[in-house]
Amino acid sequence: MAGSNPNAKPMDLTLKVWRQKNRESAGSMVTYPVKGISPDMSFLEMLDVLNEDLLRGGQDPIAFDHDCREGICGMCSLYINGRPHGPERGTTTCQLHMRHFNDGDTITIEPWRAAAFPVHKDLVVDRSAFDRIQQAGGYVSVNTGGVPDANAIPIGKSIADKAFDAATCIGCGACVAACKNASAMLFVSAKVSQMAMLPQGKVEAKTRVENMVAQMDVEGFGACSNTGACAAECPVGISLENIAIMNREYLSAKATSEHVA
Amino acid sequence: MILDSKIPEGPLAEKWDKHKFNVKLVNPANKRKYDVIVVGTGLAGASAAATLGELGYNVKAFCFQDSPRRAHSIAAQGGINAAKNYQNDGDSIFRLFYDTIKGGDYRAREANVYRLAQVSVNIIDQCVAQGVPFAREYGGLLANRSFGGAQVSRTFYARGQTGQQLLLGAYSALNRQIAYGKVKMYPRTEMLDLVMVDGKARGIVVRNLITGKIESHSAHAVVLATGGYGNVFFLSTNAMGSNATAAWRAHKKGALFANPCFTQIHPTCIPVSGEYQSKLTLMSESLRNDGRVWVPKTVEIAQRLRKGEIRVSDIKEEDRDYYLERKYPAFGNLVPRDVASRNAKLMCDEGRGVGASGLAVFLDFADAIKREGQPAIAAKYGNLFEMYQKITDENPYENPMRIYPAVHYTMGGLWVDYNLMTNIPGLYATGECNFSDHGANRLGASALMQGLADGYFVIPYTIGDYLAQNPTAKVTTDHPAFKEAEQAVIAKNNQLLSINGSRTVDDFHKQLGHIMWDYCGMARNAEGLQFAKGEIRKLREEFWRDVKVVGVNEELNITLEKANRVADFLELGELMVEDALQRNESCGGHFREEYQTPENEALRDDENYAYVAAWEFTGVGNEPVLHKEELKFENVKLTQRSYK
Repeated sequence: MAGSNPNAKPMDLTLKVWRQKNRESAGSMVTYPVKGISPDMSFLEMLDVLNEDLLRGGQDPIAFDHDCREGICGMCSLYINGRPHGPERGTTTCQLHMRHFNDGDTITIEPWRAAAFPVHKDLVVDRSAFDRIQQAGGYVSVNTGGVPDANAIPIGKSIADKAFDAATCIGCGACVAACKNASAMLFVSAKVSQMAMLPQGKVEAKTRVENMVAQMDVEGFGACSNTGACAAECPVGISLENIAIMNREYLSAKATSEHVA
Repeated sequence: MILDSKIPEGPLAEKWDKHKFNVKLVNPANKRKYDVIVVGTGLAGASAAATLGELGYNVKAFCFQDSPRRAHSIAAQGGINAAKNYQNDGDSIFRLFYDTIKGGDYRAREANVYRLAQVSVNIIDQCVAQGVPFAREYGGLLANRSFGGAQVSRTFYARGQTGQQLLLGAYSALNRQIAYGKVKMYPRTEMLDLVMVDGKARGIVVRNLITGKIESHSAHAVVLATGGYGNVFFLSTNAMGSNATAAWRAHKKGALFANPCFTQIHPTCIPVSGEYQSKLTLMSESLRNDGRVWVPKTVEIAQRLRKGEIRVSDIKEEDRDYYLERKYPAFGNLVPRDVASRNAKLMCDEGRGVGASGLAVFLDFADAIKREGQPAIAAKYGNLFEMYQKITDENPYENPMRIYPAVHYTMGGLWVDYNLMTNIPGLYATGECNFSDHGANRLGASALMQGLADGYFVIPYTIGDYLAQNPTAKVTTDHPAFKEAEQAVIAKNNQLLSINGSRTVDDFHKQLGHIMWDYCGMARNAEGLQFAKGEIRKLREEFWRDVKVVGVNEELNITLEKANRVADFLELGELMVEDALQRNESCGGHFREEYQTPENEALRDDENYAYVAAWEFTGVGNEPVLHKEELKFENVKLTQRSYK
């Protein structure tokens, strides 16, 4: 009805899904056939249909993270056919539609794979490492109240737009999942460069980049080897340039560091 | 029970300043002796938790998502209003106040709304200081746009992602306090009950969504910032996890629930495509600035179009009915949300809807593209057009979009006084969770404003006033009140897990949604509401007899989570119907078919219904008790809203 192709035929698919009871137990791939999938369904709606079938049969439904289903909250996180968020560029899993698959396809669905993102259950992983990196310095130290009038801080449009591009990161973790080293450089650099570009963030730029990078290492993310897979798979198009900006910020911070470490 | 709104005396413009001076202060050294619980980390919750942490209180913050940054405030697209008058186009605090009161169809409190307009200007300053990247002009100053039919340009925005950027700002302030140890964050944790000791809110019972562990947390005050209840309808623009459980369980502990029937149906959403549909996607209202809304002039043409016998391009200009422009020449396509939604429904009811289901109208950009060129339209709405194409597989540059109204926001919520405290001492409700500022209809770009106003600038003052009057002594979670609440939560979970019936939770939820949409949606009447009440009762009984919840409590159990939420929706739905039944008038989002003007416009009854309906819980299946708070209008004249 909503799609332009009302005659598109329902599809039958074979899903191979990672099932894992909890953090401690070993997981394995389990095969599920699904039938009569409408091409207008979203990928997650297809999983809803499977879960309803599993439930009716008294089986445990597949746990996966999702919330807004509008591509903005960053909660959905599936590794589909070997790619984070599946085959469509610039698309989160919740915005991926079944019309991009064909009748008879076999689809593998796994959780994000990274030491810093342990599996809670099935396809649900623990991304709290991202929060802790933000807590290490992803902010401007201002309290509520006592701030200048908003227009007292003019910012050139081109810089504001560039900072905005970096600020659109949704924190889903696809960059980590895409990286062979499970590096979090794209995620961390998006916040570092957003703040470094803006006058509000410049004051603490040095300590911010030092602390966020240090926390990133503590969390067990891998090193960056510049393959660019992160940016290629990022659903919101965060640019690799941010990593270059962060490296520059980090070097200059370290060169003049007040931290002796 | 007497409802005391605690509105300060004095002239409207001086009330808040006077009140801020009159509230009691907590000595800086004593602040660390008080614990505050904040449930929900959207704009209202994250801003409150961060600010209370900055002030020195010990804060515990809770959210059911995996990170506080995921709260559904993040999905707001359009913008945030503020009476900055940066555009020199005649805006003022009084005008924002007036527009909000009028837009709410005169069912909100004057004093609250005026305060909202006052602090709106501080919000923008605060967000910019945090590094929120609002849109700017070439000169480096902030850009504004007119939004949702406002006659002035007072909306600040960050492309189509204003909610995301504001929430990331509040999240960053929250993170700073977490790093300082002033806020302890509990993600993936859901509140399942409120705990009261000696008549005051003293804590909550939560379930750890990973381990299933039931735990208690005590505090001196509890703030609920848990959002709205639009998911009663199953299909809405809310996130999948958005729910009413925290607010509803507080209601069952005695907190009054106000104006539950005031729900906002947003006119520009992508239509339903099939039974599997899990949620609806909003297309920003800003699209109506350039898009023209129309349906075929006759039922016959509409039928042929639906059957695929003709294409949109075959319909001649004179066979198109631009019904909003025709009926409301002054506002045209920019009429407020409730008016636009109701008219779309009217057209489809007449049989002139489009799309295979006939439940859609066109939003057409052909004229705008002809006038300004495709690049200019792409620059304004590119990301929205892309989103539309992703979901529908249609190119909106070539064919008009199809849109239909969808449940979007709930103006009703927990009753609060001027201090945002519910009738339970020590229990506060902020943001969409309360009822206070939007009356019967919320204006565009005002939800973000209210969430941040409550969290950054209201609660920090008013909660101090309460705490200063209460002893610092702590209640431990060994207290019998906590144990009793924990046992009740465990018993309820066990009951849900033991029914082992034949229907899934989603199955019940969808049926409830259909009842609510058909009888308590865009248009309501007494007969339908009576019928719906009976249907909901039947469905609720069936739920507790025949729902199927698998697994155990002691694990990540998505079905158990949903079952708890839907159990509460099945009670709240009945109260919404009850509220819609008692309000024998039409106002804002509440349209009772019996009460309309000859031109099918909402017919308000100020003589009998200028009150807040605050409901008291008396047991599941029992008739709730209605308490009325009379609304006094001393600064605006009540008029019939007219957008002709």
